[in-house]
Amino acid sequence: MSFLDRLRHSRRAALGATLFLGLLLAALPFLVGNGLGNSWLRILDFALLYIMLALGLNIVVGFAGLLDLGYIAFYAVGAYLYALLASPHFGLHLPVWAIIPAGAALAGFFGILLGAPTLRLRGDYLAIVTLGFGEIVRIFLNNLNAPLNITNGPQGISGIDPIRLGGVSLARPMEFLGFTIPSLHGYYYLFLALALLIVFVTIRLEHSRIGRAWVAIREDEIAAKACGINTRNIKLLAFAMGASFGGVAGGLFAGFQAFVSPESFSLMESIMVLCMVVLGGMGHIPGVILGGILLTVLPEIFRHGAGPVQQMLFGKVLLDPEALRMLLFGLALIVVMLYRPAGLWPSPTRRREFRGDAR
Amino acid sequence: MSGGGELLLDARRVAKQFGGVQALRDVSLSIRAGEIYGLIGPNGAGKTTFFNVLTGLYTPDGGDLVFAGRELQASAPHKAAAQGIARTFQNIRLFANMTALENVMVGRHVRTRAGVLGAVLRDRRTRAEEAAIRRRAEELLHYVHIADRADDLAKHLSYGDQRRLEIARALATEPKLLALDEPAAGMNATETGELRVLIEGIRRDGVTVLLIEHDVKLVMGLCDRVAVLDYGAKICEDVPAVVQKDPRVIEAYLGA
Repeated sequence: MSFLDRLRHSRRAALGATLFLGLLLAALPFLVGNGLGNSWLRILDFALLYIMLALGLNIVVGFAGLLDLGYIAFYAVGAYLYALLASPHFGLHLPVWAIIPAGAALAGFFGILLGAPTLRLRGDYLAIVTLGFGEIVRIFLNNLNAPLNITNGPQGISGIDPIRLGGVSLARPMEFLGFTIPSLHGYYYLFLALALLIVFVTIRLEHSRIGRAWVAIREDEIAAKACGINTRNIKLLAFAMGASFGGVAGGLFAGFQAFVSPESFSLMESIMVLCMVVLGGMGHIPGVILGGILLTVLPEIFRHGAGPVQQMLFGKVLLDPEALRMLLFGLALIVVMLYRPAGLWPSPTRRREFRGDAR
Repeated sequence: MSGGGELLLDARRVAKQFGGVQALRDVSLSIRAGEIYGLIGPNGAGKTTFFNVLTGLYTPDGGDLVFAGRELQASAPHKAAAQGIARTFQNIRLFANMTALENVMVGRHVRTRAGVLGAVLRDRRTRAEEAAIRRRAEELLHYVHIADRADDLAKHLSYGDQRRLEIARALATEPKLLALDEPAAGMNATETGELRVLIEGIRRDGVTVLLIEHDVKLVMGLCDRVAVLDYGAKICEDVPAVVQKDPRVIEAYLGA
């Protein structure tokens, strides 16, 4: 931690590190795209989407302590709103700057819809209800194709408009000062900008009156009430804020993929996002970001690497890489929870908390 | 020292029932501004139930509570806090994984206003408010003599310091009435003596104190008036010297 401590105490070191990080983030798509190929660039774009999702869920689970197993529903709401408002399905082609905020708002509204009836629930009970909520949304999307075809059912909606910024479509390579910038780079920068915005908002919220109220509810709801916190409103606010981040990520996902179907919003996805939060370090923003990156990138490494490595070692592929991937993933989860129960990168207080218990 | 202040809390025929148990039977008591009012009684007499009704955690089955001239709304703890009632808990309820300072800062919630927009934009008003919250919280930690533990997690504080922190958090809500539920429980004689000085100081600074306590010596030495509950009913209310000699009180404590 001495490196981080140095950053904290020296303005110059902090400035230098920020500059370096900024340059790295700006150059990353070129490094990855040229070094590893476009499929990895896509994974990078997805990592940014998952970071947004993990940060949104972190508000609900990490700050307010409300276990939500249906979080992916808000991602679905954002994605389907984009798909319906910018595709040939209804013949609507609204601009992205209108849809993304609308997606955030609608997802936030769904967050309140989920939060309102579950205010009295905590822990296991809340987990079951939210799990049901996530499934209900997915099943609705799957079945809202008759009698009136709204979501096009299990086939999903295809041909979704790519995201256009200032008349430039991100789906096509761009010419810029004589350079050709591939489409995936454009998406990368857009996602990065929004992810940074969400990081900024989350950090600001964490160190505020509202953030403290969330943590207070997590720690002791009755004491929080006695301190004058309107727990109902503050909890609903957590649900709405978290959901709205999911809605933003969902809209971007739809524009990026040009296709959405209910399959993308399964329970497994909710659990994956939850794992990012828990594994990274619940309630600690850098940890959650790390969790988002690792859990997007590592499974892909297994997927791409497991086959060739087996080929090299044994001369043939013994285990299906897909099955092996989940196996290793489960193993990694167990190892982390055993050796780093507070997450890979917990907040300093959380770390103290676990050390304190061991004393 | 008997308080000649105006009426701060007027509880009239408050009743509360749990299943077949009548926890409070038409309890009426009135607390005047500026006094230290003791509420005593054997275990299970209904003291904590009265606290919970008073602070909005329970809805009373009957009766009403008028606080500072206004009816208290049932089952709305955050509104009770806003009206000026703060409390501590018999089994300490701190925000265990927040620092001592943060615990007190949460107490300022009800007197501050910044919302999501303020938090994100951090405009001048929000920054000023946040600085004031921190300043006040630091002052209060000083006030209860645990300023040196400001950055420690609440759960790592010693038992006595946790009690003090809970009082500081309650005071952060700027109460008119501070309700302390057995603050001296588990304390040794020295700590109890320090607590007594603290409570007297709080009263001197203009906060009325309602005290549930088992330590008879503390109650008798500290309180201006004492009410005794037994089986959910008030059996006596007077200055300590009179209460101590009341045959009903002696019977309640020593058994018939």
